[in-house]
Amino acid sequence: MEKHIGVPLTKSVAASLEAGDYVYLTGTIYTARDAAHKRMYESIQKGESIPIEVEHQTIYYLGPTPARENQVIGSAGPTTSSRMDKYTPELLDRGLLGMIGKGKRNEQVIESMKRNGAVYFAAVGGAGALLSKCIVESEVVAYEDLGTEAIRKLKVKDLPVIVVIDSKGNNMYETAVNDFLGK
Amino acid sequence: MRSIHTDLITKNIKEMCIEANLVLCEDVKSRILGAKKSERSEIGKQILGQLEENMKIAKEDSIPICQDTGMTVVFLEIGQEVHFEGALLEDAINEGIRQGYSEGYLRKSVVKDPLLRENTKDNTPGIIHYNIVPGDGVKITVAPKGFGSENMSRVVMLKPADGAEGVVKTVVETVQMAGPNACPPMVVGVGIGGTFEKCAILAKKALTRNLDEPSKLPHIAQLEQQILDLINATGIGPGGLGGSTTALGVNIETYPTHIAGLPVAVNICCHVNRHVTRMI
Repeated sequence: MEKHIGVPLTKSVAASLEAGDYVYLTGTIYTARDAAHKRMYESIQKGESIPIEVEHQTIYYLGPTPARENQVIGSAGPTTSSRMDKYTPELLDRGLLGMIGKGKRNEQVIESMKRNGAVYFAAVGGAGALLSKCIVESEVVAYEDLGTEAIRKLKVKDLPVIVVIDSKGNNMYETAVNDFLGK
Repeated sequence: MRSIHTDLITKNIKEMCIEANLVLCEDVKSRILGAKKSERSEIGKQILGQLEENMKIAKEDSIPICQDTGMTVVFLEIGQEVHFEGALLEDAINEGIRQGYSEGYLRKSVVKDPLLRENTKDNTPGIIHYNIVPGDGVKITVAPKGFGSENMSRVVMLKPADGAEGVVKTVVETVQMAGPNACPPMVVGVGIGGTFEKCAILAKKALTRNLDEPSKLPHIAQLEQQILDLINATGIGPGGLGGSTTALGVNIETYPTHIAGLPVAVNICCHVNRHVTRMI
């Protein structure tokens, strides 16, 4: 099903999304990838605060290319999500409701998503130029020293993603191939 | 003896880094367009359509095709009659990468130490492979390599008794393990033979060969087609969301090996298989 929804998500919207839905996201999201996740995770372990309030938010696993003078952001496609798996349950337990990336997630992440009612979206990998057109504002809000890996606050308009794992744990990566093969 | 100033190498490497990241090679592009017509899943067709649109935007607006503009792999075939003057060749190449990634607004994705992980902020150093060949020319190939797919690559030391069947199984298994993580449709580079490190370099080299030029060895060309068909029968499809286009091509390079061994390397690349070659 095709759906246009606003971000940050609400718990009820997250619960209504189903694996296989085509979703266009409009609103505010944050970027964070390997280094930013590691730093947030280590802060949480030490009992320190983290620079963004993740409750109800959506994190896009993205490290963009630099923007040219007339651009909001450079190429802006998803990176492989599984590298964030180690750090993700901690963020989900703090209320993170959406993640945008590509590729598989591990069992701990999926279990935590079910427990917390969160959704995992895939954006098309290797379509960074196209996806950059859906980003209307970009601002570095934390960890500026990390360069491309800094945390950015993005305003997006109709960012095209697909629900791959929904809040009930239905996983399109597990079902789509067999569905296609008619198994 | 021909003298070449290393400034010329720097200038060419700079331009090639930028070109490779903005414009996809014709062979890969035409396979994506072809796959869009032949793909049997609806979602697969839609994703291939997005990739087509993405290539158009990248070229028109000078936005890199993919945000992972890669670690820069450079193959140099240096004629034995060439003498370089100017900077140290390696420094000249890295200077080209530095200038290309800065002036081309490309992402700096290299960390200095693999464990301490501090970004070098200029995408250097590159990975440079030198070969000495006859003549007085220099052939340069620049191939920026993204790591979503690099991470899903493998080297396996098979036994001679495993034979061609073992190679086929290893490659298909590697693609299945990669699944959606490697941004399918993929391009698969395979190196067979040599030693542990030689087969890995062959696999990388295989990725830089035009997809429309099968191996000149008939039994290897046949193997390339057989593996491609098997990969496309897995159903992984574009984006890993089901479909008939899992790989755009399989290129295999071989080298003599030891009586006791059958090394196989599988270097997975996403559909953004970038490479530019120039002759100087």
